[in-house]
Amino acid sequence: MSQAYNHEQIAAIIATQQDRPGALLPILHDIQDALGYIPPDSVAQIASALNLSRAEVHGVITFYHHFRTTPPAKHTIQICCAEACQSMGAEHLVAHAEQKIAVRKQGDCTVQPVYCLGLCATSPAMMVDDQLHARVTTEKFDRLIKKIGGGS
Amino acid sequence: MSIKIFVPGDSAALALGADAVTRAILAEAARRNIAVNLVRNGSRGMLWLEPLVEVQTAKGRVAYGPVSADDVAGLFDAKFDQGDKHALGLGLTEEIPYLKRQERLTFARVGITDPVSLEDYLAHDGYQGLHKALTMPAAAIVQQVTESGLRGRGGAAFPTGIKWQTVLNTAAAQKYIVCNADEGDSGTFADRMLMEGDPFVLIEGMTIAALAVGATQGYIYVRSEYPYAITVLNEAIEIARKAGYLGANILQSGKGFQLEVRKGAGSYVCGEETALLESLEGKRGIVRAKPPLPAISGLFGKPTVINNVISLASMPIILDKGAAFYKDYGMGCSRGTLPFQLAGNIRHGGLIEKAFGVTLRELLYEFGGGSASGRPIKAVQVGGPLGSYLPESQWDTPLDYEAYTNLWAVLGHGGIVVHDDRADLAKLARYAMKFCAIESCGKCTPCRIGATRGVEVMDKIIANQDRPAQVELLRDLCDTMLNGSMCAMGGMTPYPVLSALNHFAKDFGVVK
Ligand SMILES: Cc1cc2nc3c(=O)[nH]c(=O)nc-3n(C[C@H](O)[C@H](O)[C@H](O)COP(=O)(O)O)c2cc1C
Ligand code: SF4
Ligand code: FES
Repeated sequence: MSQAYNHEQIAAIIATQQDRPGALLPILHDIQDALGYIPPDSVAQIASALNLSRAEVHGVITFYHHFRTTPPAKHTIQICCAEACQSMGAEHLVAHAEQKIAVRKQGDCTVQPVYCLGLCATSPAMMVDDQLHARVTTEKFDRLIKKIGGGS
Repeated sequence: MSIKIFVPGDSAALALGADAVTRAILAEAARRNIAVNLVRNGSRGMLWLEPLVEVQTAKGRVAYGPVSADDVAGLFDAKFDQGDKHALGLGLTEEIPYLKRQERLTFARVGITDPVSLEDYLAHDGYQGLHKALTMPAAAIVQQVTESGLRGRGGAAFPTGIKWQTVLNTAAAQKYIVCNADEGDSGTFADRMLMEGDPFVLIEGMTIAALAVGATQGYIYVRSEYPYAITVLNEAIEIARKAGYLGANILQSGKGFQLEVRKGAGSYVCGEETALLESLEGKRGIVRAKPPLPAISGLFGKPTVINNVISLASMPIILDKGAAFYKDYGMGCSRGTLPFQLAGNIRHGGLIEKAFGVTLRELLYEFGGGSASGRPIKAVQVGGPLGSYLPESQWDTPLDYEAYTNLWAVLGHGGIVVHDDRADLAKLARYAMKFCAIESCGKCTPCRIGATRGVEVMDKIIANQDRPAQVELLRDLCDTMLNGSMCAMGGMTPYPVLSALNHFAKDFGVVK
């Protein structure tokens, strides 16, 4: 299984970060950046390295919206649902995106809400994986989705 | 001789295809045997024109925008590289009224310089403030900040000089400077534009803060939604360190300051200063009870200056030009400038740095050009998700902290979100409650439970179930949240909710 491999990789990440003050968040970020998520079975390992209880580490992971404990879909589509984007039709865009993703059937995309990407003067805004997009019309959305493979 | 062309590397420009434009320019120039020196500058803040391409000419920089990769060949055909006319041509950048009518103090260099060129920074008055600060006793630096009248730009508008004085007066072996770059408010992007467009000014401002209070370690807490700002800051910090502007012995002064970037993790409440400190310590972002003030017992229990990006980035010009220069801008007890951010349903959205005292109507129409949809503007939310919705009758009030307090509104971090006449203020009020429910840190009941109840009540109002009684319940609930919450998350969610109800009662089905 890949578990043993993860264990070592996580140990290496912990080792590079653990002497920094307030090391837990940087460690969690590094793990998620490397693996795409934070494996639940790594909690005990992180806790013991930082001299924390497992409950404390678990509490931190669940507090922050950014951290995931399950592997993400191949593509993550984050659509801004905050006020400025709402004023430019974000709600319509989300409905359109969900419908497009549903008919796409590859099951390789998830659509998530995000609350402000700092692109509020060029709304609606979204992020596909790590790429930002602004002034997203439904047509622009369809073009972008085609580009990330498959497409309907 | 090569021509100098500028294509912004700002996130908003990138989100609109600036990288593709850059590639097209380089390819087209190569094809035509034209030597190009291409600079990735910050954004000028005229975001409806992004990607805004500029060319250096003998007369000054000439702008074209919004440019897409497909336009590039045509631009070369029209000799844009010599500043010639083209359908996308905007003339000399500095003469564009939107820019010309601003008072750019904190954003003086943003969009002009190469953000990660220290030479460029120095050539544009960079590090003048620090040089002055290095010759001054700590108390004199704090004195300048106090006299400038600067109030925190993160939202609460607390006088920065008083905060610094408290940290200076508190003896401790270790003190910290923390920059709040969590910028979670919808409609705001000034911190992002500044960090991406002129990172050195923030680094310089934090270094001045360190000298002023005797701190040796600094952290910039940047939200995870701003990956590009994080990259630019890290690059600039490394450059500053190598050049001796950061480190154990800044410019051979015998004083040291180390600086590090920390990444947030998608929590709005972590913008609240004590929750941010908890997060920096590696914990859940739960708001702390005050007292103690962070200035006395902050990060890791040590005296800590925590300020917003714009507050800290305003220090270099205050120290360089003097408190009186800065204080000369503004009105009443609102001194200096605020970078207003015009967002949402607006034709000419962007960043407008102006002295306090300008009105919303001027920003909406003289700068913004009205709504993007061409429909009438109905409501404007000023100051982020915890700010009030303003109806047209309030748009002539000067943007000033006290004047807004009198309207039961706030300036916050300067975000202005425009909604046209299709907006349903009851839905927006429901959203405000829902956002509070999602982001509540959970420490106190009025916020944790109140916001969830608020969503339920709004659902009933929207569904026309027992409206008069539900509206009364909503007012009651807001009263409890206003008076019983520990921080402004729960304590100010009633601002958007009640302002919507009071000014747009029709949307709630309550005839007025
Ligand atoms: C829920 C909540 C979110 C906040 N978010 C931010 C933020 O993103 N950035 C910020 O600078 N201040 C934010 N603040 C204000 C900070 O608590 C604090 O007043 C500020 O960092 C102080 O810096 P300043 O005096 O320079 O404004 C927030 C406050 C609350 C209650
Ligand atoms: S008002 Fe809300 S966010 Fe603030 S301390 Fe209370 S529960 Fe936490
Ligand atoms: S509100 Fe959508 S990017 Fe800011």
